[in-house]
Amino acid sequence: MSEFILEVENLKKWFPIKRSLGELLRGQRRWVRAVDGISFKIKQGEAFGLIGESGCGKTTTGKLIMKLLEPTDGQIVFKEKDVTCLNSEELQEYRRGVQMIFQDPYASMNPRFRIREVLSEPLYIHKIGTTEKEKMKLAAKALQEVKLTPPEEFMDRYPHMLSGGQRQRVATARTLILSPSFVVADEPVSMVDLSTRAELLQMMKEVQHVLGLTYLYITHDLSTARYFTDRIAVMYLGKIIEMGSADEVIDHALHPYTKALIAAVPEPVSGKVGIIKEVPIKGEIPSAAEIPQGCRFHPRCLYAKPECWDQEEPELFEAEPGHFVACRRYKEIKKDSINEKVG
Amino acid sequence: MDKLEVKNLKLYYYTSKGVIRGVDDVSFSLGPGETLGVVGESGCGKTTLGTALLNMPTPPGKIVGGEILLDGEDILKLTENDLRKKIRWEKISMVFQGAMNCLTPVYNIRKQMMETIQFHREMEKKEAEERIKKYLNLVGLSEDVLRRYPHELSGGMKQRIVIATALFLEPKIVICDEPTTALDVVVQAQIINLLKELKEKLNLSFIFITHDLSTEAEVADRIMIMYAGKVAEIGTNQQIYGPQGAAHPYTQMLMAATPRLHQRVDNLAFIPGTPPDLLSPPSGCRFHPRCPQVMERCRIEEPRLTEIEPAHTVACWRCFHE
Repeated sequence: MSEFILEVENLKKWFPIKRSLGELLRGQRRWVRAVDGISFKIKQGEAFGLIGESGCGKTTTGKLIMKLLEPTDGQIVFKEKDVTCLNSEELQEYRRGVQMIFQDPYASMNPRFRIREVLSEPLYIHKIGTTEKEKMKLAAKALQEVKLTPPEEFMDRYPHMLSGGQRQRVATARTLILSPSFVVADEPVSMVDLSTRAELLQMMKEVQHVLGLTYLYITHDLSTARYFTDRIAVMYLGKIIEMGSADEVIDHALHPYTKALIAAVPEPVSGKVGIIKEVPIKGEIPSAAEIPQGCRFHPRCLYAKPECWDQEEPELFEAEPGHFVACRRYKEIKKDSINEKVG
Repeated sequence: MDKLEVKNLKLYYYTSKGVIRGVDDVSFSLGPGETLGVVGESGCGKTTLGTALLNMPTPPGKIVGGEILLDGEDILKLTENDLRKKIRWEKISMVFQGAMNCLTPVYNIRKQMMETIQFHREMEKKEAEERIKKYLNLVGLSEDVLRRYPHELSGGMKQRIVIATALFLEPKIVICDEPTTALDVVVQAQIINLLKELKEKLNLSFIFITHDLSTEAEVADRIMIMYAGKVAEIGTNQQIYGPQGAAHPYTQMLMAATPRLHQRVDNLAFIPGTPPDLLSPPSGCRFHPRCPQVMERCRIEEPRLTEIEPAHTVACWRCFHE
């Protein structure tokens, strides 16, 4: 078997924009290019982080991999099998192996279901377990895996009786019950309190080791990504602009956008009150309907030169072993920033 | 003299299930030009405290005790009319959580901002507009946004508009409730910079409410940690984040649970259990069921906020035993 469990090749998702009468008559079409040609490979058993600001297409990518959306172009290969286009039977089979944890634990569960029903619903859909007893046994096992013990105590509760952290555990249990090999976690801890956030991440890590799971961890939070993932890819306006091991990308970022993201993260260290922090970036993220010419980051980049917008968009290439970047001038920028520090 | 002094403030919610002690016996002070950070988990009473400072508790909440002294005058004794005309937005204003939801989608920005100013000041329309433009410039927006509707603006722009609206009656104290939570990191850093600049330019005092210890470290001169409606610890930025570290076990554990960007940690600490139900808070110290350093005394007797060093007060038996 190949080293990679999931391979994504030139994946695209363009959403059409409603046209005005004039545009309709002229035959013009406009698109929101939410995901605009991304490629990455996820190794068996690793946690891969997809990072970016809101609107960069990270959630759309997650949905494409979950097959909740049909891609406009590109290919998704799961366990050496092309899953880009599937019929409904194959899709059901695929979804047993690929599961998702959603961001909002308050909205992702039916409030009228007891936890036992929340957990057994996937079993009904996938026709697992013949008797009720068997199903409950599986549910109890899943609850134990996410450390909601004793399981009997939680089985008959409703979601509103649980805290945010506990709900997110139930959501994790619901994905684990089908024993998937790949889990897409879309901001699983962003709505959970800080004190339980770490606990939840640790539980997810443990489950990963015990069950040999592979995660796609989608987040805007670099700090938890560093803690949770092995490799990360940074997205900007539908493209991956930097990819590499989490430590490498965060400690030695090459792309100016990644550098700006890192500079913007606040840190719990004293003595920063008086400082106006410089974030090396201009303006705000443009609309995905009007993607700038050339390098799509150039209007916000402090280092942009005419070559950045005149020439074609830079492709992702391996700048250092295992560390990919989509910036033509990363070497000069690197020198620049070193000089600044020395000067 | 202190600009704002809060003494033994109590705000209880009278629900059908019983009394929830949202803010229970909270005292602190805020000096001129100072930023006080209020940190805590959800449900610890930090937003409730913010609404209490404007004397506008959300029903079924009621302020049942304490004093809020603004330059020596107790604002809890004022009538609703006086509060509206003299205190809210004139002296103390608030930036509510989630800027996206504060603006009405059916009015353009000009109308929304004009409404505030015209309620408070008898001003010619032209003069009012001049003033609005001045404050828009101050928060880094162009006048162009005035004719736009909220859905045409980004989250960061909306947050700037809400901040401008909170400022243009020239209050001296601004309460910011999670002003950066829904924003992206880059925009968050920009808003934090903006607040710092405004503080300098207009000599404002801020009360900065958030659940995030990291942002607090960048904005607050002093930090107040709340747990289950009570104050656990108040200290200066240096005392809480400095090398010596915070004194209360809760603060220490929160700090350990905060992931750091520039350090690789293999096991992040966490606080076992969940915050207590405020309908029936635990006896003694409210943190004792989750505290690893719990003693017999913690279960029975409630610790009072006590000064352990100048400007640093803690409510923990451990801290003044040894």
